Amino acid sequence: MTKRGIVLYLHVHQPLRVRQYSVFDTAERHDYFNEPDTETDRNNERVLRKVADKSYRPMNALLEKLLHKHPEFKVSLSITGTFIEQAEKWAPDVLVSFQRLVATGRVEIVSETYYHSLAFFYSREEFERQVEMHRDKVRQLFGVETSVFRNTELSYNDELAKWADGYGFKGILAEGWDPILQWRSPNHVYRPPNTDNIRLLLKNYRLSDDLAFRFSNQEWAQWPLSADTYSEWTNASITDSSLVNLFMDYETFGEHQWADTGIFEFFESFVGKWLNNPDNTFYTTSEAIDRHEAMGEISMPNTVTWADSERDLTAWLGNDMQQEALRHLYALEDQIIRTGDDELISDWRKLQTSDHVYYMCTKWFTDGDVHAYFSPYDSPYDAFLYFMNALRDVRYRLMEYHKHGGLNG
Amino acid sequence: MNILMLGWELPPHNSGGLGVACYYMSKALALKGAKIDFVVPYQAHHPDARFMTIHAATKLGPLHRNGLMGSYDSKYLKQIGLNEADSVALTDMRGVQKRYVEFVEEMVKNNKPDAIHAHDWLTMEAGMRAKELTDAPLIVHVHATEFDRSGEAFGNPIVHEIEYQGLMMADRIIAVSNITKSIIIKKYGIPADKIEVVHNAIDVASMGEHSYDRRTYKYLESLKDEGYTVITTITRFTIQKGLTHFVRAAARACEKHHKLVFLLAGDGEQRDELMRLSAELGISDKVFFTGFVRGKQWRDAYNIADIFVMSSVSEPFGLTALEAAHHNAALIISRQSGVGEVLHSIFRYDFWDIDVLADQIVGIATSPALAHDLKANIKHEYARISWSDVAHQCMQMYSNMKSGVTV
Repeated sequence: MTKRGIVLYLHVHQPLRVRQYSVFDTAERHDYFNEPDTETDRNNERVLRKVADKSYRPMNALLEKLLHKHPEFKVSLSITGTFIEQAEKWAPDVLVSFQRLVATGRVEIVSETYYHSLAFFYSREEFERQVEMHRDKVRQLFGVETSVFRNTELSYNDELAKWADGYGFKGILAEGWDPILQWRSPNHVYRPPNTDNIRLLLKNYRLSDDLAFRFSNQEWAQWPLSADTYSEWTNASITDSSLVNLFMDYETFGEHQWADTGIFEFFESFVGKWLNNPDNTFYTTSEAIDRHEAMGEISMPNTVTWADSERDLTAWLGNDMQQEALRHLYALEDQIIRTGDDELISDWRKLQTSDHVYYMCTKWFTDGDVHAYFSPYDSPYDAFLYFMNALRDVRYRLMEYHKHGGLNG
Repeated sequence: MNILMLGWELPPHNSGGLGVACYYMSKALALKGAKIDFVVPYQAHHPDARFMTIHAATKLGPLHRNGLMGSYDSKYLKQIGLNEADSVALTDMRGVQKRYVEFVEEMVKNNKPDAIHAHDWLTMEAGMRAKELTDAPLIVHVHATEFDRSGEAFGNPIVHEIEYQGLMMADRIIAVSNITKSIIIKKYGIPADKIEVVHNAIDVASMGEHSYDRRTYKYLESLKDEGYTVITTITRFTIQKGLTHFVRAAARACEKHHKLVFLLAGDGEQRDELMRLSAELGISDKVFFTGFVRGKQWRDAYNIADIFVMSSVSEPFGLTALEAAHHNAALIISRQSGVGEVLHSIFRYDFWDIDVLADQIVGIATSPALAHDLKANIKHEYARISWSDVAHQCMQMYSNMKSGVTV
């Protein structure tokens, strides 16, 4: 009989935030991602160094320790290209520690777009180019092939599953959202409709969000959460099934939940307790798929993400500014690619990172849930302003390159 | 002729046109022999103002002239010599105005002016008190009423009340345009013959000779090279300025002619709304926001303009239109803006009529001949309006009243 297992999947990402890039900089300087003020969270180096200290270094050390101590412990990671590039510059030791983790053979790298973009919804070609770039980077850095795919913000629909199936992935990750699951449990492997081989793993959002969002919330009835309690919940969740998919941001450990909340001790203790039961284990995402039969078919014709109570794309594409920004950005695709200018293409792609439009989200003004969102800008309008100026500058460089018209208002 | 001039700001510590107008008017009056004591509510250095004596009514810095609003620390208070009681008294605008009145009361005790000249509601109470104490004639100079500032809304009833009292108590009233004069008559019931219209002017010499290097707005310049027309407005983003109508007209104009870009220079509480509206109308890549601009960025916002639009819902005068004309822009000015009364080679429209504005923008953008004629002809018009003429009218008013009140 196959053991009951936790699939722990952590997402590692840092965007390249746009500085206060004004109309006066446009067509003058192209350093959109180079905020000079070292005291603001628009400064990418500052953020990366800070999160490296608070999260990446201590958590990697803990993961390494757990891998060493428990032969059954396993974890899956997706690491974006924009994170890797920044770590190469400002925290190369963190990348080395990720390499050590992968070298154990018990840490799987999950595939995604290099730029953490929403390209799937705008351009299939550009999307595939970014998936390939990411696979190349993973090969080069870790010497492994990826076989399971996750799309930015865990955005998912049937079409994406069909694409991933045709592209050769054996698994894909999505949110286990109640209105879609209805009576079904997220703790099984499923099959997307109209596909041949691919399998679907669904996030157990209750147990995942207990750690990612609620762990340090003192108003939560279950605070402070102990490893014993969480073990009980996990065991209870899995009684008539075989998997618990815990999917969350890697930065949950140390950055979203600071070290002084006890998150690291909690996690170490929980892993030990879970593995004390000889019926329990951990799986990587591909192992979970290899070891379990699909329970049935699950269809998600509309896009589902792992964000907010709506679980849709409205945090990224919910208002006119966000839609305008991406419409204009992707409209440049053909001209940009034709230049073959690596720097220009790379800047254009860095602007595709979904965080930029997320910072333009205004929906929490009506939710009254401002604090659920993080942004390095004073307002979504500022975020939009600087982004549009950068986009205009990209147009300007494009015109310079092609030596004829192509600018737009 | 001793004039007690009551104002709220002077350059370079001004937030808008009021300070500029007060400065050049006083300068022109001084040249005609007036001895001016100018009271401001704050303490600061004013360069190039030796033609008059400036008095500070409080120890506050210029940024706090509308009250401390809690945005200070005890170190700042100590530094400028204020105690705890002062910090409470000077919390808000009304507190500062009260101190201003007390200061003027003290000032006129042994120094009776020949005329008191008070600018806008901010100083009207001090003007009335000075008149009461000295029996000198009071001139209330209206640059804007609360009806203008509140756009299409009603405004602050306390301010309305002060304006009403000041206008009633004044011996003479100066309005900066016929539009303002008619507001004073209609809204406050003041008899027409008590009001004189004296339009503002522009000091061309102060604009200076400068070379334009086409570098400040480089992206916009390259759009111009591609045949785009730049439509600029430089203003505070408040409801008074009618900018939502302007943005809607921009979208309408783009439907007919796509090579248009709109430069919104300035800042204000409506900025976010304007950005949201541009996105909603699908023209956000054609609308440029600069934030608050000074110096070269400010001047070049005029320099780059092919068309300057003043979209105000209610603008007593509108000095920026003259500045734009000086920088060679074609002008489109709402009928609700007073500056239109002194200019002829301009387009006018009702602030709410976005179709007309869109049509005028496209018309100028697509006809080089029309654009050229508007720019060339306006040059002859704005240059004729001088502060010296303004000062002449004021001097006559002071003299007439001097003889008039010794009954």
